[in-house]
Amino acid sequence: MTRSIDKSRRDFLKITTLTAGGFMLGFNWLTNEVKAATVIKTVAGEIGFNSYLSIATDGLITLFSPNPELGQNIMTSFPMVVAEELDADWTKVKVVQAVLDTARFDRQSTGGSGAVPHSWYLLRTAGATARYMLVAAAAKRWNVDPAECTTEKSFVIHSSTGKKLGYGELAQDACSITVPDRVKLKDRKDFKIIGTAVKNVENSKIHTGKPLFGLDFYREGMLHAMIQRPKAFGLKVKSVDAAEAKSMPGIIDVVTFGNNVAIVGKSTWEIMKARKTMKIEYEKDGNLESSADHDKLFKTLLDTGTPTVQRKDGDVDAAFKNAAKIIKSEYQCPFLPHSPMEPMNFFAHYRADGIELVGPTQTPANARGAVSKLLNVPEEKISLQITRLGGGFGRRLKTDYVTEAAELSSIIKAPVKVTWMKEDDMAGGSYRPAVKYRFEAALDANGNMTGYKLRGVGINAGNCTRQDNFPSGAVDNLLIESIEHVSPITTGAWRAPITNFLAFAEQSFLDEVAYAVKKDPVQFRLELLDRAKNNPVGEIKYDIDRMVGVIKLAVEKSNWGKKKDVSQGFSVYFSHRSYVAQVCEVKMESGKPSVKKIYAAADCGEVINLSGARQQVMGGIVDGYGHAMFGKLTFTDGETDQKNYNSYRLIRMREIPEILPHFVDNGIDPTGLGEPALPPTGGAVANAIFKATGSRIKNQPFNEHSVFTGKKLKSTMKNSGIN
Amino acid sequence: MPGYQLKINGKSFTVDVASDTPLLWVLRDHLNLVGTKYGCGIASCGACTVHMNGTAVKSCMLPVSGLANAEITTIEGLSENGDHPVQLAWEEVDVAQCGYCQAGQIMTASALLKKNPKPTEQEIVKTMHGNICRCGAYHRIREAVKLASTKI
Repeated sequence: MTRSIDKSRRDFLKITTLTAGGFMLGFNWLTNEVKAATVIKTVAGEIGFNSYLSIATDGLITLFSPNPELGQNIMTSFPMVVAEELDADWTKVKVVQAVLDTARFDRQSTGGSGAVPHSWYLLRTAGATARYMLVAAAAKRWNVDPAECTTEKSFVIHSSTGKKLGYGELAQDACSITVPDRVKLKDRKDFKIIGTAVKNVENSKIHTGKPLFGLDFYREGMLHAMIQRPKAFGLKVKSVDAAEAKSMPGIIDVVTFGNNVAIVGKSTWEIMKARKTMKIEYEKDGNLESSADHDKLFKTLLDTGTPTVQRKDGDVDAAFKNAAKIIKSEYQCPFLPHSPMEPMNFFAHYRADGIELVGPTQTPANARGAVSKLLNVPEEKISLQITRLGGGFGRRLKTDYVTEAAELSSIIKAPVKVTWMKEDDMAGGSYRPAVKYRFEAALDANGNMTGYKLRGVGINAGNCTRQDNFPSGAVDNLLIESIEHVSPITTGAWRAPITNFLAFAEQSFLDEVAYAVKKDPVQFRLELLDRAKNNPVGEIKYDIDRMVGVIKLAVEKSNWGKKKDVSQGFSVYFSHRSYVAQVCEVKMESGKPSVKKIYAAADCGEVINLSGARQQVMGGIVDGYGHAMFGKLTFTDGETDQKNYNSYRLIRMREIPEILPHFVDNGIDPTGLGEPALPPTGGAVANAIFKATGSRIKNQPFNEHSVFTGKKLKSTMKNSGIN
Repeated sequence: MPGYQLKINGKSFTVDVASDTPLLWVLRDHLNLVGTKYGCGIASCGACTVHMNGTAVKSCMLPVSGLANAEITTIEGLSENGDHPVQLAWEEVDVAQCGYCQAGQIMTASALLKKNPKPTEQEIVKTMHGNICRCGAYHRIREAVKLASTKI
């Protein structure tokens, strides 16, 4: 494949001779086809380039990794792609986390499973261009045609004579080569690094406890701080009595700004102790909502609320009026905290000449923008250093914990690191919203699904549906609606936003319909997909062939429908840009279902790093399974009932099922994998539990259901005899 | 404040802190040993696990006043060159995702293998139960402990 380097991009390519000798290729990541024109205009003359691929004379290749690393393994997969096209010796590649630099990098954020899809061609072109220039430099020195040269493990080789030169030896000469108009990218059959299992480049630092994370950041003269935020959503500060706290050892000051009462001191423990003595009175500033109220509210809103129509195909009223049978079912999930292991924290130093920010964030540009706006300091005077993130799951897309650190520093005029306690994290927002869905299916006398309705209600969830996902396009008459309840309880994106619960509800409901029409659940879905492909209703925004592809792979790997000793459940979901099908296997043990195994078939396009990809699928499934089984955050009068891991249950080692990840190998460009493995899990598990017990789990967390608690055990329903 | 004599990673330190200061914060705030992590502060997640006289303990609720004569080992002192069999196994299996909990996981695993070099899977799972990995890397953690047990 040839990749042209368009004019605008070439203009911004820049070669710099390193002071220590060597070659540095500046690559403008901004000249991504879509945004090129606008972005370049904004910054013309200001920027030269962005991420540097540098080759030192000793052969060391350095690459700046622009996107925040929170466990999705971007710091390894990005350089793998560059190294592939460069034909670099992987053992000599060094990766460095870049600071926030919107002039040099594009989409410097982590979220939406989008980093690799976005940067795939930019990274490849960067590597291929450098390789081209190194080859040209070698050919020039040998006085041969570059076409006679090959590359391997950071060497250019002249095939017929066997002459070899290392990239380090060629780096200086490569600087004088004209940047090419077009470069040839490798054919995927020639990939040597992409698709292999490569180990995390930060492993040795992680295994030896090196300071990597925001919480590990230390600056000479830095103060520590914690902030007491209102204990409930819907309260505001009325009065603060911090006299005792201020008198305690190590405490420097107590500062109130907005609803934040910040206690500043010399060490974390001294602050934790003194914080307990603060007497803060609050007053009502909004509704103090409780989970019990939400349960009632959901029912009222589903029955009588005014929905926003998200998609309407055909005539659902007629379809339901003429139905031979109607199936109606409701599914509900609670709030979930993100609960990353590293609590929120950020360092800020407000000075006359600008602001320095250091810490873990998924959206550094947004964080800087928010600080700039709040404190009225121009963005160019604010620096932001991205540390490694001890998990994110969407929580660190928010900027609240960055702005408060900056504001505090601006008040106390000192460098300060604000650390949240786990209790602050769990009680302080911003959660996966609680949602309830009502599904209805109209069936005709032949068991065809002629109508489909979904109405969702969520707390600060915006549109809690994905109206264009399957089965839209496969049903003649369809109505998708959403209702939002606005609450003081803050919510936000939580790994696989909305779909982390919607997929469970939808895939369980489709299972219900499949059983009702006495069809194999997989066959039922394939027939719907066949309908969507051959006779689509309205617009189809998912790739039917890719969905069928993962279904077939999951069926093959799990030996679907052919096992006698286990109960299998099926689920398939499209989220972000990728497709994942899962088959869960359950066995009954001591009268309770035990989840033994989950097969996953993923189509994320080209797999970059097989080790990292497996981690994302297995981790995503553990995440999806653990939260479906145990995750529950409830409120009483606006305050969380759970504060820490002793009352909020996360999955632990002895609770994990065996997980068998497989990938569809179809050569499609990468489509992302940070989230898509999570959504299908709950449905596959609940459907397998139904198969095993005849009981349908409709609410999360699953462990409160009678199949696990043993309470109100229903007589085991004989299921339809279809797998 | 009294000065406390501590022996950490084979070296002696004196710290002037309140008697109830947990070892975790002594390590992190006073000795610049930040490999030991704060996760929950209530000994429920295991991110702060260190060795006290060879046994895995959670340092977030361990007051400094109770550490006289104790030999403390943190992740930084587990091996001189990062080549303890557990660290090597962690590399070989490529365990870490975000990596925040891994120091605690490694300290729990290495203490287990010191006492019981050939644990059964059940013993591994029982011991590792106290360490949460929010990324869900449990399969690889378990595999790495098994692998390390073949290297000890």
